[in-house]
Amino acid sequence: MTSTSVRRNKATGLVVLLAGLVMTGVGYAAVTSTAEASVTTASQTQIDQGKQLFQQGCATCHGLAAQGSSEGPSLIGVGAAAVNFQVSTGRMPMAAPANQAPQKPPIYTDEQIAALASYVASLGPGPAVPSDEDLNTSDANLAEGGVLFRTNCAQCHNFAGRGGALSNGKYAPNMMGATPRQIYEAMLTGPQNMPVFNDKTLPPAQKRAILKYINELQTAPSPGGLALGSLGPVTEGIFIWTAGLGALLAVAVWIGAKVR
Amino acid sequence: MSAVVDEVGKAIGRADERAPISSLLKDNLRKVFPDHWSFMLGEIALYSFIILLLTGVYLTIWYQPSMQEVVYHGSYQPLVGIPMSEAYNSALHISFDVRGGLLIRQIHHWAALFFMAAMAVHMFRIFFTGAFRKPREFNWVIGGSMILIGLLEGFAGYSLPDDLLSGVGVRIVAGIIESIPVVGTYLLFFIFGGQYPGHDFIPRLYTFHVLLVPGILLASVGLHLVLIFYHKHTQYPGPGRTNENVVGFPLFPVYTAKAGGFFFIVFGVTVLMAALVTINPIWAYGPYVPDQVTAGSQPDWYIGFVDGALRAFPNWEWEDFLGHTWSWNILLPCVVMPGILVTLLLSYPFLEAWITGDTREHHLLDRPRNAATRTGLGVMAITFYGILVINGANDIVAQAFNLSINQLTWFTRIGVFVIPPLAFIATRRFCLGLQRRDRDLLMHGRESGQILRLPHGEFIEIHTPISDEEKAVILAKRDIAPIEAPPETDENGVKTPGLRAKKWRAKLSNAYFGENVQRPTLAEIEAAEHHHHDEVAHEIDVLHEAGAPVPSELTD
Repeated sequence: MTSTSVRRNKATGLVVLLAGLVMTGVGYAAVTSTAEASVTTASQTQIDQGKQLFQQGCATCHGLAAQGSSEGPSLIGVGAAAVNFQVSTGRMPMAAPANQAPQKPPIYTDEQIAALASYVASLGPGPAVPSDEDLNTSDANLAEGGVLFRTNCAQCHNFAGRGGALSNGKYAPNMMGATPRQIYEAMLTGPQNMPVFNDKTLPPAQKRAILKYINELQTAPSPGGLALGSLGPVTEGIFIWTAGLGALLAVAVWIGAKVR
Repeated sequence: MSAVVDEVGKAIGRADERAPISSLLKDNLRKVFPDHWSFMLGEIALYSFIILLLTGVYLTIWYQPSMQEVVYHGSYQPLVGIPMSEAYNSALHISFDVRGGLLIRQIHHWAALFFMAAMAVHMFRIFFTGAFRKPREFNWVIGGSMILIGLLEGFAGYSLPDDLLSGVGVRIVAGIIESIPVVGTYLLFFIFGGQYPGHDFIPRLYTFHVLLVPGILLASVGLHLVLIFYHKHTQYPGPGRTNENVVGFPLFPVYTAKAGGFFFIVFGVTVLMAALVTINPIWAYGPYVPDQVTAGSQPDWYIGFVDGALRAFPNWEWEDFLGHTWSWNILLPCVVMPGILVTLLLSYPFLEAWITGDTREHHLLDRPRNAATRTGLGVMAITFYGILVINGANDIVAQAFNLSINQLTWFTRIGVFVIPPLAFIATRRFCLGLQRRDRDLLMHGRESGQILRLPHGEFIEIHTPISDEEKAVILAKRDIAPIEAPPETDENGVKTPGLRAKKWRAKLSNAYFGENVQRPTLAEIEAAEHHHHDEVAHEIDVLHEAGAPVPSELTD
């Protein structure tokens, strides 16, 4: 049998297709097994503790088995990263139903948050909490981070990460108090109205560049003096009409005052 | 010492042989100007303009008006290695690598905001006191044009650094130009030298910003000031002040000192602000890239009203009507609305003169309350503008006050038509109330708050007459009768020409003056004073009859 006749065989197409499917399946399992691995590292006692906390604090909205309800989405497959982000920033548990969960002081301790995260992660594969290595920005390029930030983040979070309004009372929050881990988790999981920036759309190296730029925004002093909230021309306009013109009008009244 | 004086004298003498220096100085240095703080608002604008010219020259030394792409290698780390236009590169260079560059840039920008804000409050003063009336209508038009030109100049300056914020602004302006029916696209290609953004816009804008517009502004400022000299300055009513005189101090030495000092204070405050407070942090915005945008992209405050109108306007668009797209959603808020506003602004002196039929010269200012309708219209215009400015910042407002941007949009859509008329009505009523109070003050004096109980049980309040100065201010009020509608036909039965226009004018005139409180005549005031005297005399009699002591308040 020559090679051309193999190719002409009617069954060959089917065999190749099957082989392709098998390989895809094996490959997928290999990729997802990393997520499973993080699940298995959590001890069963931690998962049990998390389950208990979940049923006390979260199940009202998310359902007893985290399957979701009319009040809250299913948490199966959201991963530990989502839980850590939502609970460590105080967004969850929510104080009251609203357009968007506002940030507030966290209710659970770090240990409890880890337990909750491992429980939710045990329900289905999802993004894990980023490791310290994921957050290591020492090799990241600051300027590249700036370009990525302006391309992907600034349209909602503003050029200086000070946040901005979205439709119907929703908003992109101010990032000045966010930790690198929380920011990384937000990119991985797309909380609230934020889109997911998974590792395909935004590879880890680019995420770290963005972290480096946000750190610069959080820590670098303002070269021009008082930054007026870094909100753009609106606060500048308010400043000129109040402090600026106010000062000059006061002087004008003083100069123009009648000599008695 | 005397040698120096002699030398100066000789120098002036030599100059005088060639140009009429001393006679010009003699005529003008002693010119009298009235004194009031509100007459210094225009000065703030003038001084800001001078600051703008001085700092602008400094900036032109390093600024490169070019859209050629270069890679940044300056000292601002977060942008190193990033491709950008030469314009943005040079603006960064000025900000970080030129000695004093950032300070000068910030002075320039704060001075620009001062320039526009000071022109606005100066215009408010002129409007509310009726200083635009004959013979100063033309100067009003020059001033109004300067605000319009200043607006364009400010936009050009805001765009030159070619940062992300200004690039978004230019994109919106390109859209506004395109929205002009039929010719929009051609106009855009003409202005931008091809497709947006192209490579021609920044160099063209630069010529416009540093040469053409400052030239026009400088000429307008000169003409504005010459006309002030020629017309003489208006003054507020007061004792001894009439429509025929000017009460105040001479230009030299009083106003040369005051104005000179004020210039340094304006300069000082501007420098202080520039040294302490960031304005337009171009480094933080990054270079303009058409696929990037930042939340909170706003124009400087004076263009905010156009942005606010654009943000509020419903999405009306006709596609392929007569072979063109008609973007009403951009054309109406960004071209038609500002066009109407500017037309009304520039033509107001003529409209008011037509409605009131007032052809007299006015050198004595109106107190705003005495022109209730005009004051109402002014507050209405400011309210309209203010609502649009706030909506221009709707995302910042929504974020700061936890509001919904959609609800803010609806608030603006309805409020911009409802709130200004309410402001008009409230202001007008407020003014009429103040007019009534003035009338009461003239007729009865001021309520002293002292209540006397007379022996027979009657309570009276003692009124104290107002000072002559206050009286002079109130008595300066002019009363013009509304224009009456002409008869339909004259005595020969011939129809009055232009009857419809004249009827309209009478209607408007009645609406303008209708409820004005007439100033009491001198005879009425005198009669009221006699009445007051009689009353007091009667009270003293009553007290005497009862054998009671007479309080000193009554006998004074």
